[in-house]
Amino acid sequence: MPAGRTPVLITQLIYGLGGLVLFLIGIWSFLVHEPLLRKLIALNVMGAGVFHVLIAVAYRGLETIPDPVPHALVLTGIVVAVSATALALTLGLRLGHGDD
Amino acid sequence: MMAVRNLLIVAALAGIGVALAWVLWGILTGPAGDRLADLALARVPETGVSNPVTSVLLNFRAYDTLLELAVLLAAALGVWSTGKALPGFLPAGEVLRGLTATVVPLLVLSAGYMLWVGAHAPGGAFQAGALLGAAGVLLRLSGQPSAGLPALPWLRVGVGLGVLVFTLAALVLMAMGAGFLTFPLGIAKWLILVIETAATLAIGATLAAVYLAGEPLPASDAPCRQGGPRS
Repeated sequence: MPAGRTPVLITQLIYGLGGLVLFLIGIWSFLVHEPLLRKLIALNVMGAGVFHVLIAVAYRGLETIPDPVPHALVLTGIVVAVSATALALTLGLRLGHGDD
Repeated sequence: MMAVRNLLIVAALAGIGVALAWVLWGILTGPAGDRLADLALARVPETGVSNPVTSVLLNFRAYDTLLELAVLLAAALGVWSTGKALPGFLPAGEVLRGLTATVVPLLVLSAGYMLWVGAHAPGGAFQAGALLGAAGVLLRLSGQPSAGLPALPWLRVGVGLGVLVFTLAALVLMAMGAGFLTFPLGIAKWLILVIETAATLAIGATLAAVYLAGEPLPASDAPCRQGGPRS
């Protein structure tokens, strides 16, 4: 491993493992909690964890420009997550209001 | 029974966590191989923009972005197909109204800045669109039933604008012989700017529109949550 790689690696590990923990908390919450809203929040937490891992993989130190491809993927993922959440919330709303 | 189930879940998650941590360690410490980063960064000058992320989004991976706009459009259509929009909120009090009157123009201004700056620094259509969407949500919360969106026929155009302009640009390029979504260097900057402007408007309109949780009503018969039975 080249010298100077270690601080970058530590940063990547802290950030990436943080994302991993978020992902696991999300799965846990998704499996354990009954209400739809909590499941949706759990899915979003899982997504946030995945984004953290991608950003950690893209990081290449302060002197080097980060890998733009994972950054673009995260940007895409955020928008897809928001729109999917909006659709799921609307469906949940309609299901919860059977009298409408 | 619950305790056993929860224990099983925790054990399974611990296993998944260790496996994924091992994969992450392998990715971060393993031989770098031919990563896309160097290729992408080396070819940024050929894309018409100098921000690497924008060049990946709008040029190298333009398909991805086009289909992502289609996902947004599909989500909006899905929300609209579930029924009519929920009634709006009561008109806001003095303070929230004052805040809205200040913040919404600032949000629109920042969206324009974000859109422009995306060519050479962090920013771009998605950030700008998110700001516009936030402005719509704020308007809705302060008692504007339409969330500041135009009437339905125009809103339909706005929500579809991103996919429309992106596809048209790609088809025109194809007719000119450049290939679907292959931007010639001379006009790439302007094509990307036009596409990003359309995408910004579409994303902003879509995000604000899905917040209504249904197909918007014509302005005249939009009810308020002000007592009485809901229509």
